Amino acid sequence: MSEKDSADTVIEISGLNKWFGDFHVLREIDLIVRRSERIVICGPSGSGKSTLIRCINRLEEHQSGRIIVNGVELNNDLKHIDQVRAEVGMVFQSFNLFPHLTILENCTLAPIWVRRLPRAEARELAMGFLERVHIGAQAHKFPGQLSGGQQQRVAIARALCMNPRIMLFDEPTSSLDPEMIKEVLDVMIDLAQEGMTMICVTHEMGFARTVANRIMFMDEGQIVEENAPEEFFNNPQHPRTREFLSQILSH
Amino acid sequence: MSFSRATYLPARRPPVSREGVSGWLRQNLFSSPGNTLLTLFALYIIWLTLPPLLDWALFDAVWRGEGREACLAEDAGACWAFVVAKFGQFIYGRYTITERWRVDIVFITGALLLALLLSERTPGRRFIAAFALFVYPLIAYVLLNGGMFGLEVVETSLWGGLLVTLVVAVTGMVVALPLGILLALGRRSELPALRFLSVIYIELWRGVPLITVLFMASVMLPLFLPPGVNFDKLLRVLIGVALFSSAYMAEVVRGGLQAIPRGQYEAAAALGLGYWRAHVLIILPQALRLVIPGMVNTFIGLFKDTTLVMVVGLFDLLGSVQVNFSDANWAAPQTAATGYAFAALIFWTACFAMSRYSIRVERRLNIGTRRE
Repeated sequence: MSEKDSADTVIEISGLNKWFGDFHVLREIDLIVRRSERIVICGPSGSGKSTLIRCINRLEEHQSGRIIVNGVELNNDLKHIDQVRAEVGMVFQSFNLFPHLTILENCTLAPIWVRRLPRAEARELAMGFLERVHIGAQAHKFPGQLSGGQQQRVAIARALCMNPRIMLFDEPTSSLDPEMIKEVLDVMIDLAQEGMTMICVTHEMGFARTVANRIMFMDEGQIVEENAPEEFFNNPQHPRTREFLSQILSH
Repeated sequence: MSFSRATYLPARRPPVSREGVSGWLRQNLFSSPGNTLLTLFALYIIWLTLPPLLDWALFDAVWRGEGREACLAEDAGACWAFVVAKFGQFIYGRYTITERWRVDIVFITGALLLALLLSERTPGRRFIAAFALFVYPLIAYVLLNGGMFGLEVVETSLWGGLLVTLVVAVTGMVVALPLGILLALGRRSELPALRFLSVIYIELWRGVPLITVLFMASVMLPLFLPPGVNFDKLLRVLIGVALFSSAYMAEVVRGGLQAIPRGQYEAAAALGLGYWRAHVLIILPQALRLVIPGMVNTFIGLFKDTTLVMVVGLFDLLGSVQVNFSDANWAAPQTAATGYAFAALIFWTACFAMSRYSIRVERRLNIGTRRE
């Protein structure tokens, strides 16, 4: 990977290490993400892929190495953390919508309280994104009244309402019924085509093949292989990657 | 063998026996021989106890009378005349009779505010709540205590009856909830000092009986204060009760906080909400509605515990009722039983109302989180 214009770099991770107790969950991770890049991270469970993207908005604390997001270094400075979180959207495996608020309120909450947007403006913004994920008609329902696929699309809209520069997806389709996976992936593909910088932890290899610029394979807390999608699927280099691919593509 | 359905089956009504009065009876009272036996037994118990109770409380009861003579009849039931005659004492205690209108105003405005707050359709509930929390207590204090605006001072030692019960209970509830929330948050805080202090506070107050707290507040506290410094006994009791119940409330709220999935904290954090915003907007609204039964349970317990203020010489509703038993003018066989029945009825009505209201709130709040 050649060093391009550093002004294009939105995430810079170097020498990242993290432990859960004695367990060395992330080992010497180096990663540079440039604007509009779509990166898919895959790997067996427990390989540290979720932990890695959760470090990017400081849901997990790292013990050594540097993480710089949009030029702001993540350290113990709470102001830095807030700054980074306001620019980084995240979508979780279990949606994590706020069940006591309507769909619309879920989306307007952060723009109103973090961005200080006037209510009417936040509402308009949220309705725009909800329409985009084809859920505008449900804006006044509560999350519990929606299907999993709809909830996950709301979660994406909620993150987009903060107008983030980077979107993190942590296995967004893993807890969905097969019939609902496509509607969520379609929204994500849409987003990718608009040039959103995305890091996705996912096992949807079809999605990875069509959308990703780069695919990273992680195992035992380290990046084992990294390549463009065609090369990654057709010509995997590392034996562990070949084993993993043969496992998930064999059906 | 292959099969492909030509049409979908429509939904049908359940079998008839499960519907209507007879269906309900069959399902709930006579579903098995054992159940039938229990139903009959229960009916027998009711038949044994209900008629004598009704006789005592209603049909043989004495409703009118100026003194004990009316209630001295051989088989007279409840002596309600006693309650009627002493009603003022039960409500106001020894509060100056000519000043009782002040208590009435406080009661009526309080009831009005409560009714407005409890109904979901009231517009501007936020402002009414703010008024009820911050302005109303001041007005109530000025009215009840006097000493301002030309109002005559009525010493708290004269207060009694339902007035004291309500003052102690309402103050306890209003202070315990916010204090309890802060303590619960403190106990879950990542700051060791704050957590430690919260734990000490909660365990200390929870580990001591309320009677001890009341004795400490009224008998021992003055010993520690410099001579000459003395403050009102009722105030001391109020503080004791509020601090005591806030420890219980803290544990109830903590239970709710622990039931909120980690994902909710993470989603709030990922959106850039800080600690206070995340808690006020996301975590507490969910946690508090989870613990409505526990909170109401604490409130009901607190309401009934107010009777303990008797031990330090304050006369709440029950205390005022008991004091009047010694009135020779009303010495009759059924006086005490009637007085207790009256006090029990008032307590039961208040507690039952709280319980029903909490069920309604739960139902309403669940609409959003329920599936379908």
